[in-house]
Amino acid sequence: MSDPVSALGGQSFDGFAKVSEIGPVGMISLRCKLAEKPLAAALKGIGLGLPDTRRILHKEGRSAGWMSPDELLIILPYAEVGDALASLSKSLANVHHLAVDVSDARAVFRIEGAKSAQVLAKLSPVDIGAMAEGELRRTRAAQVAAAFWAQEGGFTLVCFRSVAGYVMGLLSASAKPGSELV
Amino acid sequence: MLTLECPYCGVMADETELAPGYEAHLKRFGAGSSDADFESYMFARKNPKGVHFERWRHAYGCGKWFLAARCTATLEVFGTYPAQSAEPPAELQAKIKAKRPGWEGYK
Amino acid sequence: MSTRLATGGRLIDRGVRKSFTFNGRRLIGHEGDTLASALLANDQMLVGRSFKYHRPRGIVAAGPEEPNALMNLGRDDRLEPNQRATTTELFDGLEAASQNHWPSLEFDVGVVNNALARFLPAGFYYKTFIHPRAFWKHVFEPIIRQSAGLGKAPKSRDADHYEQAYAFCDVLIIGGGVAGLQAALTAGEAGKSVILLEQNAHWGGRAPVDGDMLEGETAEEWIKSALDALATMKNVTLRNRCTGAGVYDHGYVLANERVADHTPGDGRPKQRLWRIRAGHIVTATGAIERPLSFAGNDIPGVMLAASLRDYVVNFGVSLGDRTVVVTNNDDAYLTAFALIEAGLSVPAILDARAQAGEAVLARAKAMGIRVEQGRAIAKVKGGKRVTGVQICLQAGEGAPIEEIACDAVAMSGGWSPVVHLWSHCGGKLNWSDHLSAFLPDLARPPLGQDGSAMVTPVGAALGVYLADDIIAATKAALSGQALVEDYAAKAPAIPPVWVMPQGAPIQLRSKMWLDYQNDVKVSDVQLAAREGFESVEHAKRYTTLGMATDQGKLSNINGLAVLSKALNADIPQVGTTTFRPPYTPVTIGALAGEARGEIFQPLRRTPMHGWHEANGAYMEPVGLWRRPYCFPRGSETHEEAVIREVNNTRENLGLLDASTLGKIIVKGPDAGRFLDMLYTNMMSNLPVGKCRYGLMCNEQGFLSDDGVVARIAEDTWLCHTTSGGADRIHGWMEDWLQCEWWDWKVYTANVTEQYAQVAVVGPKARKLLEKLGGMDVSAEALPFMQWADGVLAGFPVRVFRISFSGELSYEIAIPASHGAAFWEMLHREGAEFGAMPYGTEGLHVMRAEKGFIMIGDETDGTVIPQDLGLSWAISKKKADFLGKRGQERKHLADPDRWQLVGLETLDGSVIPDGSYAVADGTNENGQKNTEGRVTSTYYSPTLKRGIAMGLIKHGPARMGQTVAFNKVDGSTVQAKIVDAVFYDKEGAKQNV
Repeated sequence: MSDPVSALGGQSFDGFAKVSEIGPVGMISLRCKLAEKPLAAALKGIGLGLPDTRRILHKEGRSAGWMSPDELLIILPYAEVGDALASLSKSLANVHHLAVDVSDARAVFRIEGAKSAQVLAKLSPVDIGAMAEGELRRTRAAQVAAAFWAQEGGFTLVCFRSVAGYVMGLLSASAKPGSELV
Repeated sequence: MLTLECPYCGVMADETELAPGYEAHLKRFGAGSSDADFESYMFARKNPKGVHFERWRHAYGCGKWFLAARCTATLEVFGTYPAQSAEPPAELQAKIKAKRPGWEGYK
Repeated sequence: MSTRLATGGRLIDRGVRKSFTFNGRRLIGHEGDTLASALLANDQMLVGRSFKYHRPRGIVAAGPEEPNALMNLGRDDRLEPNQRATTTELFDGLEAASQNHWPSLEFDVGVVNNALARFLPAGFYYKTFIHPRAFWKHVFEPIIRQSAGLGKAPKSRDADHYEQAYAFCDVLIIGGGVAGLQAALTAGEAGKSVILLEQNAHWGGRAPVDGDMLEGETAEEWIKSALDALATMKNVTLRNRCTGAGVYDHGYVLANERVADHTPGDGRPKQRLWRIRAGHIVTATGAIERPLSFAGNDIPGVMLAASLRDYVVNFGVSLGDRTVVVTNNDDAYLTAFALIEAGLSVPAILDARAQAGEAVLARAKAMGIRVEQGRAIAKVKGGKRVTGVQICLQAGEGAPIEEIACDAVAMSGGWSPVVHLWSHCGGKLNWSDHLSAFLPDLARPPLGQDGSAMVTPVGAALGVYLADDIIAATKAALSGQALVEDYAAKAPAIPPVWVMPQGAPIQLRSKMWLDYQNDVKVSDVQLAAREGFESVEHAKRYTTLGMATDQGKLSNINGLAVLSKALNADIPQVGTTTFRPPYTPVTIGALAGEARGEIFQPLRRTPMHGWHEANGAYMEPVGLWRRPYCFPRGSETHEEAVIREVNNTRENLGLLDASTLGKIIVKGPDAGRFLDMLYTNMMSNLPVGKCRYGLMCNEQGFLSDDGVVARIAEDTWLCHTTSGGADRIHGWMEDWLQCEWWDWKVYTANVTEQYAQVAVVGPKARKLLEKLGGMDVSAEALPFMQWADGVLAGFPVRVFRISFSGELSYEIAIPASHGAAFWEMLHREGAEFGAMPYGTEGLHVMRAEKGFIMIGDETDGTVIPQDLGLSWAISKKKADFLGKRGQERKHLADPDRWQLVGLETLDGSVIPDGSYAVADGTNENGQKNTEGRVTSTYYSPTLKRGIAMGLIKHGPARMGQTVAFNKVDGSTVQAKIVDAVFYDKEGAKQNV
């Protein structure tokens, strides 16, 4: 079997912020009532906890993001998805839920630099300055769905794989040197 | 360009993050229903100038459908609430009644 | 002549020279000049020709209200038409050209229209070109088109880039004059997040020009202190060169920032469109001076009084040596004072009022200026420049009393508060008799999301004209206090003077311009009124008053005052036309923002997209996807490529990138029940491991989507949708689950993009998979309409035995990250079996040969499954499903509905796409009756003839009969009605 290839193979752009496509990143979409008792244990079983509404929590290279009242996004190393799915399936055996691998359905970008928020402010109708600590915001980037959160001195942005090239184009245009929002 | 607060995730969403779903609180009439009932379900729309209950989906956000009470003339938003509601919350109805004394109710 | 004065000019830096050209002539201006001030400094008073009569026109204003000085700026890929010289900052190398003249600005042939003015009255086009009807297309329209339009449209792709950005604030203040600065100070000190926008490069508005004193400081000092204070506030953002263009619902504002208009090519975006969401909006937009309507008020050298003052004070530029001031208010006296202070001559101030304000009168007297009260201009003398004025009594009919030689006229007809932004989203206006202007009615404001007022006007935009009052009134308004004083009433009255002199005869009225840009005169509006255009909106369109690029900033109030007078009605009764965004034009580039070129719209790519492009695929859009239509080789045409691909697939092995296929997982204890509602046939009884074709209808009963459903586990199904339908059907499922059956335990996930999918199709398909090894793909282990998980050549796959071509076919899903590698491997390993890629057209041809329907071809939102011979896929057992009630309607059970059949042309040709079957007789519109239409039509490489599918009245009962299809050339083609399955009717080939 071949090595997994992310949508853009790690393309990057150096503007007033640095934009890079990263990946492949492991992702699981978990749908379940978040109040279900076994969920906390199931998340603990994969090294995570339950994020608050519209928050993402990070633990040792893994993250759990709140996507909707009955959906979480689990982020983890690509190779560990299979084991995590098996673990979830076991601990949620008696709970109505749906856990699927969506690692290959997504593209992930890092936007880094002091002015990285400006790159997103050109694309999304979001008051980025007013985002809470650890907030995961689902919105649109220009014409496509996207989700982003502040992380390690920049932002991480997730979109659908098929539009990775479009989003790379958007982020690069927005980060173009000289176009800082002074 | 409206803003509506998604009752699920609390985001004050821009209209461009939402998808409209037209009139709320319609009762579905399926197979075997009368012509009159089916017509009311499929075609009869209130289209009022004034208080209107409508469906919106937080399409670019949490993906959930919610309901909104809005004045179609002034665009004032009285409130939003989950789609899993058989009727508008009582306090919302009271609020609308207080603001629009002539309002005849959501039905 | 206009010239640069030896001193003065608060905005210019005389030490820095800027070189520019006008109509090819090289000229010099200074840093801080606008193009307009630099042109005047070079005695370029003639700047353009009027639209209709080609009259010479000069600069009349100093701001965005300028109607005349429209320029073509730049050249080639930086050419921009209709740029206002008054708002264009001068830069080195600027190239400007005047518009709307031929052959030259100085000598223009079109000026003959001027002589014909008597024959070009209001509504001229409507009246003249309506008869004879046949002349319109070939005679009138080409001539009118030739002479229509302002400026030249650029022909090259714009070299600049544009962008948009979102911003949020508690308080957005539009206008950076004294009122706006004070509003920012008050809101900023209260801790609000504030954005303050100013359309100009400089702050402070008119106050420094007018010499106002503010809180004991000169205006200049006060502005500097205000800016210093604001600079220390982290919660306040100042943005100059940024026009608040439009106010929309719920505090949404579009603002256009001219980032690099004045520094072209420096790499910055030329313009940036801000999308601002404000908690509250403050309009500090000031007021615009109005012209007076006297004969010859459009001759170069006639300028608004305050604008003339602007040029003197801001730019050290005079319009002429001898300026006659004509006014109906005190403010214009300031222009006379400024001119005298600059050492220029003011032969007279003509005040239409019987009594001017005492203070200005005294000051004029002290300065030795002659003031004539109750006087008017009867006529301005001159052609391309003013040479003098004839004066008369305002109360009379224009009999000249005296002629005064002058080379400039400063006019003021009063002020109109800029209420545009207040009005954009529903703010109402009241007419003030005191100020002769429309003022915002604070009792009827535009409403925000919570139903309260979302816009607060301050300063001159509210009719608060006195410098002393502006600060106090703005502080009060921003603190949420009601305005206790009637500030508008405190300002000196501005009596109405709509026509000068008031009894002017037609000879004078037909030379009084209201709308300079569209050439509308007092006489035109009066004619419109006489002809019955009583509504202001009708009169506007009939005369084109206010319809030019300046949107009537100077002309609207004067025009409707003339109209109301002609109708013998009050101005409030006649009302104003609607103010619509944008306040000043926003270029299309800014509105498009980043959406151009590669990122004009999202382009969806499958994991194999790069391979397709590298292998010469001809791509076609399918929704936002791009899919290979065919893969031409060498000199093949697309048609030839499709034929080869179809033949190879039927004879050997075809590979199709089917990744775009929609894939939705549906799971839960109620999933079966849910799918039984969604599909017209049963899905709950589908055994695990098997596949079933299903149809989905909307509640009207019309076919909406189709696809193969696979049961993955006891509680899990995988629903395939059409390529274009994945998101829509997923949304449809969620709608029903969230809004109707929210107590059902079902979860869905759209995993369309998780998998690349490849159709391995043709008689040698199994041979290839067997060669790859890893799983049993035999007919016994994996029969038709079943699926299995496994491994092929080391790749983790899910293999479906389904066929859309009629051939032996495996559809193989593989995680997208391996899609490209898997696809390439299939080509490599399949070469020995003659593997070739095929595209969407081959797919379409093969499905049509098999009589398989395609959503969007055979369906158009009015077709039910029964029309398509798909009654077998509609469950009779189920009590209900979505669309069942709709299909029970009488019309949908009508035996006369057109039904699907196959069609074979008698001559073997291909029926044109979209063709209708022609029946006897004609309908009530005299059109031929029809009895059907073609839905899919192709050349079949397999049958070597044209085949088609179509909906025909009573079609299935008419097998063997012929029907006639219309062709574009008017002839018809005969086609025989046949079974829709043209190829392998028994289905033997796919089921091996």
